[in-house]
Amino acid sequence: MTGPLLELRHLSTHYVSARGTRVTRAVDDVSLVLDQGGTLGIVGESGSGKTTLALSLLRLLPPAARFVSGEILFEGEDLLKKSDREMRRIRGKRIAMILQDPMASLNPLFTIGDQVAEPIRVHEHASRGSAWGRALDLLKAVRIAAPESRVREYPHQLSGGMRQRIVGAIAISCEPRVLIADEPTTSLDLTIQAQYLNLLRDLQRSHNLALIFITHNLGIVAKMCDQVAVMYAGRMVESGPVKQIYNSPAHPYTQALLESIPRLGDSRKRLTAIDGQPPDPSAPPAGCAFHPRCPKVMDRCRTEAPPEFRVADLQTSRCWLSAPGSR
Amino acid sequence: MAGPVLEAKNLTKHFPVKQGVFFSRQVGAVRAVDDISFTIDPGKTLGLVGESGCGKTTTAKMVLLLEQPTGGIMRFEGQDLQTLDGGSLKAYRRSVQAVFQDPYASLNPRMRVGSIIMEPLITNEPLPSVEVRKRLLRLLELVGLPERAADLFPHEFSGGQRQRIAIARALSLSPKVVVLDEPVSALDVSIRAQILNLLRDLQAQLGVSYLFIAHDLAAVAHMSHTIAVMYLGKIVEVGDGETLAKAPKHPYTQALFSAALPSHPDERRDEIILTGEVPSPMNPPSGCRFHPRCPHALPRCSTEEPKLLPESGRLVACHLYPQ
Repeated sequence: MTGPLLELRHLSTHYVSARGTRVTRAVDDVSLVLDQGGTLGIVGESGSGKTTLALSLLRLLPPAARFVSGEILFEGEDLLKKSDREMRRIRGKRIAMILQDPMASLNPLFTIGDQVAEPIRVHEHASRGSAWGRALDLLKAVRIAAPESRVREYPHQLSGGMRQRIVGAIAISCEPRVLIADEPTTSLDLTIQAQYLNLLRDLQRSHNLALIFITHNLGIVAKMCDQVAVMYAGRMVESGPVKQIYNSPAHPYTQALLESIPRLGDSRKRLTAIDGQPPDPSAPPAGCAFHPRCPKVMDRCRTEAPPEFRVADLQTSRCWLSAPGSR
Repeated sequence: MAGPVLEAKNLTKHFPVKQGVFFSRQVGAVRAVDDISFTIDPGKTLGLVGESGCGKTTTAKMVLLLEQPTGGIMRFEGQDLQTLDGGSLKAYRRSVQAVFQDPYASLNPRMRVGSIIMEPLITNEPLPSVEVRKRLLRLLELVGLPERAADLFPHEFSGGQRQRIAIARALSLSPKVVVLDEPVSALDVSIRAQILNLLRDLQAQLGVSYLFIAHDLAAVAHMSHTIAVMYLGKIVEVGDGETLAKAPKHPYTQALFSAALPSHPDERRDEIILTGEVPSPMNPPSGCRFHPRCPHALPRCSTEEPKLLPESGRLVACHLYPQ
């Protein structure tokens, strides 16, 4: 197949209140491209719209959400035009997702084997016996020790790291093309997190998966991703190749964010903090949403929202400073 | 300079595990904290790192007198805490305050911010209300909140501002030691630097000591003068923050720091990926508790428990040293 595996074109997902009077622009005019086998990091703070973006890809949004405009092209076809029935065949089979809390994503009343085998039985109509056999192989693939006895156990008998690996096994059980991981390691300890990230990378290589990481952790992006999209108040303020963005961030928000994290081995006495608070997503500031906190704010930023500018090859930025001729 | 403000010697906390009809039979003990020693100097920060279950929160609770140690001594300004009673115990509790992880849970939603911050002061010191108000305004200014914040409720503030309120409350009695248990991990990334800077400024201004507990190693290294690394209830390595972060010696510390995420995509560390998970503290491995997961384990590690001994400017509990 030619062309990207997944492409978002000007996607806007808004939440509308029951009476239709209040609109929250959770995702606003976001365009993205993900290639086969690539890794995209979506970074943002709480309320920046990164989870809504991920759920939009699977069309798993709450009833209050509306797709206002845009397209989600997966293997060339628009997911927004699919029927619910068609979407059910895509979810879990072609596009899978790993959620933050492994305890909440596993059913406490079913054995590990049942839960890993379920997508295989549903999507591929496999018999119970053959699905369980595949489940055993999957547990080996996610490096669960003694899988023969673990398949018969229940989620509460496993540690947090093991549960998250089970969730990973379920996600790859039907050989998806895209795996979305929403804060997959926040509930894990540091050394377990390192184990898990390496496992995801190995799975990605062996299955030629495209990975999407939803995270607030710039370290995970630096370690795992080759593309990054930075979200702020529902908009993608900067995107591009990870190295390029970490070396020369164009948007003041990205710059400030990279400056504000403590690093091992630097002896700065003070961190460069970003003043103010992230905006309320239901009432973002006029103009550029970052302008009240921006150290380089100009008059224009207060009234006019900047469009997406191409800063360099593949790198985009929504900032008036990136406008052609302003630098 | 005077001695340490807080000193712990052979501090131990075992939680009994009981079974039977009336939970009468003790069948074992969770050795949450096992024979650890540390000191905190005036105006300095001790960083405590380790994974869940290593005993760092239990240690903090013992410092706050929320748990009684089952063994060992703690001294506050040279005085044994066991000998404190009545007035002197009250004075200790006033000198040691805490800021917790989740500012959404640690502030009473029914109280105004002013009352929250002033409650410790009103319960502990008989002061005229004019003086209380004066101190309140000073505290608000200290943590960077506007004066009108005093009359609002916690829900009217964002996470970062709530954490400022919690810090102001902790400082209201001018404590000598503040226990910071994951003070920034519930906050947004762009807010964390604000709070870490505030904590550093307050330390410089007020000379308060911190016991800083966090799992973000870079934040701990940034904040701490001394770092102690805990594993299964034991301190495995302790030393000057910068030295330890730059060249960790204990295999567990090495693995922990190598697992820390890079700050730049070009930064490549030699990753030491540990196999397995932390064993149960009810039945810790014999000898060195880390030996089943240690990439450098020697035969004697499974039988003989290593002592904390000096090695390249810090203390390490590992049989690999001295080389």
